[in-house]
Amino acid sequence: MPARTVYTASIESVSILDEHGRFDAQLGADLIPNDDLVKLYEQMAISRRFDEIAFKLQRSGRMGTYPENRGQEATSLGAAYVLNKDDWLVTCYRENTGLFWRGLPMEYILLHWMGDERGNKIPDGLCITPLAIPIGTQMLHAAGLAWAAKYREEKRIACTFFGDGATSEGDFHEAMNFAANLDLPIVFFCQNNGWAISVPTNKQCSAPTLAQRGIAYGMDCIQCDGNDIFAVVRVMKEASQRARETNRPTFIEALTYRLGDHTTADDARRYRDEAELQMWMQRDPIIRLGNYLKELKLWDRSKEDALQERAKAEVADAVKRAEEIADTPIEEYFDAMYADIPEELRRQRDTLRTSSLGQEGFAQGVETPTKQGIEETVN
Amino acid sequence: MPQMNMAESLNLALDECMNADERVCIMGEDIAVNGGVFRITKGLLEKYGEDRVIDTPLAENAIIGTAVGMAITGLKPVAEIQFSGFTMQAFDQIEQNMARYRNRSRGRYPVPMVLRTPYGGGIRAVEHHSESREAYWAHTPGLKVVIPSGPRNARSLLNAAINDPDPVIFYEPKAVYRAYREDVPDEPEAIEIGKAQVVRTGSDITLIAYGAMMRPTLEATEDLVDLHNVDVEVIDLLSISPMDTQTLVDSVSKTGRCVIVHEGPRNCGIAAEIIARLNEKAFEHLEAPVNRVTGYDIHFPHFQVEQHYLPDPDTIIQAVKQTLAYE
Ligand SMILES: Cc1ncc(C[n+]2csc(CCOP(=O)(O)OP(=O)(O)O)c2C)c(N)n1
Ligand SMILES: [Mg+2]
Repeated sequence: MPARTVYTASIESVSILDEHGRFDAQLGADLIPNDDLVKLYEQMAISRRFDEIAFKLQRSGRMGTYPENRGQEATSLGAAYVLNKDDWLVTCYRENTGLFWRGLPMEYILLHWMGDERGNKIPDGLCITPLAIPIGTQMLHAAGLAWAAKYREEKRIACTFFGDGATSEGDFHEAMNFAANLDLPIVFFCQNNGWAISVPTNKQCSAPTLAQRGIAYGMDCIQCDGNDIFAVVRVMKEASQRARETNRPTFIEALTYRLGDHTTADDARRYRDEAELQMWMQRDPIIRLGNYLKELKLWDRSKEDALQERAKAEVADAVKRAEEIADTPIEEYFDAMYADIPEELRRQRDTLRTSSLGQEGFAQGVETPTKQGIEETVN
Repeated sequence: MPQMNMAESLNLALDECMNADERVCIMGEDIAVNGGVFRITKGLLEKYGEDRVIDTPLAENAIIGTAVGMAITGLKPVAEIQFSGFTMQAFDQIEQNMARYRNRSRGRYPVPMVLRTPYGGGIRAVEHHSESREAYWAHTPGLKVVIPSGPRNARSLLNAAINDPDPVIFYEPKAVYRAYREDVPDEPEAIEIGKAQVVRTGSDITLIAYGAMMRPTLEATEDLVDLHNVDVEVIDLLSISPMDTQTLVDSVSKTGRCVIVHEGPRNCGIAAEIIARLNEKAFEHLEAPVNRVTGYDIHFPHFQVEQHYLPDPDTIIQAVKQTLAYE
């Protein structure tokens, strides 16, 4: 008997407002109200300004290594726009725009990259997790957050962000498998920006799309133009509704591009073509939406000027707040370790010494302890 | 003799080993086209081609697991993990296979591979990029763990690691990569894994350190010798596991006092193991408890306060003075 085909699949790719300004009136109908469109545009522009200033802060030694977000504003923003306030947004490190939209004060992101752990202390009331640096680890937490929501019978979902490179990590596959098989209300949002540092996406995935990775796990999956805010919002709406109503996960692959280097420690000219960069410059999500707004007469030069002024001022304020905050006392790092600090650790905290002799001496205010002194401390 | 920094001398060692032995291949994230994020593998792709210099997908456990598979056929893969913080993603394969394959196959499948990875703080890196967790690997039977401290010994130690018949964890002190240059001989020097090096002889006290901590230790030594009139003996451990117990015991038996320095956390750290050995083998020579200056038992902090975390010459001098004052 000839082999039968037991399964075939195809992947849809959604684009609504393309790089040439063409708008798909059917797919885009009633998707985003005009007022919101303007707000989304403004958020992207402010975030872009933030990115430029963050880059300069790093270059002038006022901040550590920083991963530019430039070019990828529409992805996390579109997702954040669709999510409810109590849904979880679980990101890696290139999702500033979405985090700002959800209300994370801009200085938190600055603090993180300025080497201040307080940047990770998410303000109460915001359902987001601290930036995740180890690639791929956060997707499992998102699955757990979704699981907790289901367990508690809350109508909340989780949406997790990660890159193309991250889809090679075991954690990614395990998170997808758990989500699909345990029926978890989660959206896996992959920002395929073409590169994982110097490694192109086709070295992470030999299939024509990343999206089809979802098929293997039995979950819905879809591709979209990640630089098109309409497309992102549309696929996110479908995915979040599916999660909320049926506890079924979705895998979204958004095609985008980082216009900057991987981080300020990288030099992308070593591995990628200038022509590729130039092509993606033409697909800039902010320019695209701006042109569309102008067409609709929702935007003009004077509004743009006012927005740029506002962006400058807001970012400058954030920088000021981040730079003016007093340094973290080192003791805080000890206090945050456990609910109750163990005795030995308290000693390290109080003396700022690990040398056993130094510790004892400092604890007693004696610089050079004698044997007797040590015995007294021990007893 | 050419002057080199450690980044260059490591590159030289890789080049020499690849040139000498076709079984040596290197693999990891961003190591080929990009030459590694720290540029340690720069130029090797052009020289040896993409069959031997391999950009892998982004998956540490897979890098180590496949390297194990290659190694048990007799190849000598040198796998780079981009930062030692991400060796944790490969913990499974390191602990369960890389370290055990020889023993569990009763010698049929040895694992002559090297895991190279930058470790340690001091370069204002982001979270998870500054850890110093060599103690995990020293705690794992079946692995060798070595850490060079300067350009010259980095070159010879990497050579020895690649040619070793067993799996070697090779920790590279990234704060030293480009910190200074020194003479590196034209011809490779033989160095034996498992041997420490007495880098200064002295009679009053023994200072033991390794890797990036050799610099503050030597700085402290200079002050102690010049300003405080203390005759310090300094030992560069180089090999964390196996450990050169004899050299440590000989030195401390002579000086009677000892301070150990490392940047990893104190609890169950390398210093604890050294202290236990000195306790077993040099107890009757000790004139003071063996002291240690280490990282705190907290996560490596964000870089704003990393200078408070890392042992520095002052804390080392303090500890030496306290140990000397003990009677
Ligand atoms: C587990 C782990 N391995 C390696 C790294 C180093 N690293 C940081 S970002 C990166 C590439 C990530 O690529 P991708 O997932 O595509 O995200 P992108 O940076 O392109 O947004 C690598 C290898 C890391 N942070 N964590
Ligand atoms: Mg990417």
